[in-house]
Amino acid sequence: MDALYPRAAISMVEILERLGHRVLCPDALVCCGQPAFNSGYWDQARAVAQPVLESLQDAEAIVIGSGSCGAMLKIFYPQLFDKTPQKEMACGVAARTWEFSSFLVDKLGVTDLGAAFPHRVTFHDGCHGLRELGLKQPPRTLLRSVQGLELLEMKEAETCCGFGGAFSAKFPMISSAMGDVKCHSALETGAEYMVSNDSSCLMHLQGLLSRQGKSLKTMHLAEVLNCVKKN
Amino acid sequence: MSFASEFRNRARVVASNLRHRQIIRTALGNYETARDRRKATYQDWQGARQLAAETKWEAINHLDHYLLDFSTRLEARGTKVHWASNASQAREIILAIVQEKQARSVIKSKAMTAEEIHLNEALEKAGLKVVESDLGELIVQLRRETPYHIVFPSMHLTREEISALFEKELGSAPTLDPEELTMIARRVLRGKYLTADIGITGGNFAVAETGMVSITENEGNARLTAALPKTMITLLGIEKIIPRLDDLALFLPMLATMGAGQALTGYNTLYGGPRQPGELDGPEEWHVVLLDNHRTELLADGEQRDALHCIRCGACLNVCPIFRNVGGHTYGTTYSGPIGSVITPHLRGLQDWKHLSGASSLCGACTETCPVKIDLHHHLLQNRRNAAQERPDNLEEAAFGVFGWLTRRPAAWKTVRFILQKIQPLTRQFQKKPWHPAKPWTQTRDLPVIPSESFRDWWKNRPKTSKHD
Repeated sequence: MDALYPRAAISMVEILERLGHRVLCPDALVCCGQPAFNSGYWDQARAVAQPVLESLQDAEAIVIGSGSCGAMLKIFYPQLFDKTPQKEMACGVAARTWEFSSFLVDKLGVTDLGAAFPHRVTFHDGCHGLRELGLKQPPRTLLRSVQGLELLEMKEAETCCGFGGAFSAKFPMISSAMGDVKCHSALETGAEYMVSNDSSCLMHLQGLLSRQGKSLKTMHLAEVLNCVKKN
Repeated sequence: MSFASEFRNRARVVASNLRHRQIIRTALGNYETARDRRKATYQDWQGARQLAAETKWEAINHLDHYLLDFSTRLEARGTKVHWASNASQAREIILAIVQEKQARSVIKSKAMTAEEIHLNEALEKAGLKVVESDLGELIVQLRRETPYHIVFPSMHLTREEISALFEKELGSAPTLDPEELTMIARRVLRGKYLTADIGITGGNFAVAETGMVSITENEGNARLTAALPKTMITLLGIEKIIPRLDDLALFLPMLATMGAGQALTGYNTLYGGPRQPGELDGPEEWHVVLLDNHRTELLADGEQRDALHCIRCGACLNVCPIFRNVGGHTYGTTYSGPIGSVITPHLRGLQDWKHLSGASSLCGACTETCPVKIDLHHHLLQNRRNAAQERPDNLEEAAFGVFGWLTRRPAAWKTVRFILQKIQPLTRQFQKKPWHPAKPWTQTRDLPVIPSESFRDWWKNRPKTSKHD
């Protein structure tokens, strides 16, 4: 999100600050370590995750704009640091970690951010957000209160888009076939935007759509929710 | 060629085959509708799953005890129980029975364990004629193929293809009527039941409490396979155990629901022994072969032991986007889809089969659907970890090392991003070229645009007034 999708991260900061929260972003937060973890290299994953873990010690809440990285901290850190001195720290961080939409809806009870986005939108569930964290409703709750936004569910909303991290490069033929199925499903709805709370899925889907010359655009949920009139 | 390269090559071909994609999507779309209709009739589907998982947990974690109960009760009614540690032992046991009976022909109902030990090949090599009596299995047998799917062996074929196959192999007239195609197979099969010396079946559940084998089927072919030949052989994986007869009240509808979207499968039969004195039908002899074949090694793995809960319903295959895009034959294994990717490394060697655990986006649709709650996609992660620990890939290990080094040095990280951002016009201009360094990505996908200002730049440069820290 830092390098490729800064708009999504900036939107998150602006939304959280508008809601009166003090946002910090320690320099150590670069990567959660999921690529190495998912490839089976847990030692290397711990080396990436440890500074992240340490820099999050004082945060009251850890808000992540990605279901996938969110699941890494919330579900997998306690496993990754199991039987290490950092176990307790990892469990503490996991308990305070929230995916962005879930933080707004489930923790803060905010459903209407006063945003307006007069477009037809279909929502793509990232698998980690959907199945590891169980977040089907929060992003939809938020989208439904956006003025002018028409939410169109696609047939294969819960089917994986095929990104899967290193999988997308190791098995590009399978990954792309899965992405085609997903894009086809999204295009069928007639939506102008495919929105998700996971920019990694969107990077893959946008890559496919652009290559195929499709006009359907992808956008992070936070950017949609940040479409407000600014003073 | 390694199993991994074979997998890759087949996957590449099938994943881009739009006709294959359509056939599978149509078939599984119909399955999903039927499955959901059946699931909706459960008062508490999640409760049923939990109970099923707990029941199988009890069975698997007390397997030593329940297997003995099962075999003792079977033997009490005159069944001969055999224990096979591995595939070759199981084949030897079955071949010895067949030879003792001087059998020449075998009729077989559907059994994935028989596929696992390559039984048909062994029987044919010993000079026997083997006929599959399940329609789908007969079709793939006539095509000299392995089953495409553990429940729907010939789901990859259209009526046109089946008609042409029957015309060529059985000499029937072409027809696209499914009923007529079934009748053609039935006419051929009926005679085989009467002349076969041996009937071989698998089994869905082994009831420890009563010493019975429960067989589920839709065509009545397993009943005929069991009832008509004088000798019956049943091959069972040791994980088929369930503790009590009552457990079938849960498992039979559950298997039907998740396997084929049925309330209950057409025929559910319990076999308790060979023909008893005074009985009119049934085989004179019944041999039950209990197969380990690395299942006890899986049992010893506390993390993945629940993979032995599997009731082979195929539900995880049906929802798996990998399976749906690469198809069953691509795996090159007896058990395909998520459960196959989890257990094959245990059954046939981690290093040879770890690529199946890698070939997953870890989406978790399998775990979500599994009626006995096997933690399938997390087991794929564990297989990846175990494989990397046992034999790391040097390049990959080094790459993650460098990546880790970079993430701990924000300045270096920033420099890499800066360079990639600056050379972007070049990397993007040539992204369709076959020599592009990011080819695995760029062959089908455009590269993401790297904006000139990163989030960190924005964070650092934004007006002080809006900064809280």
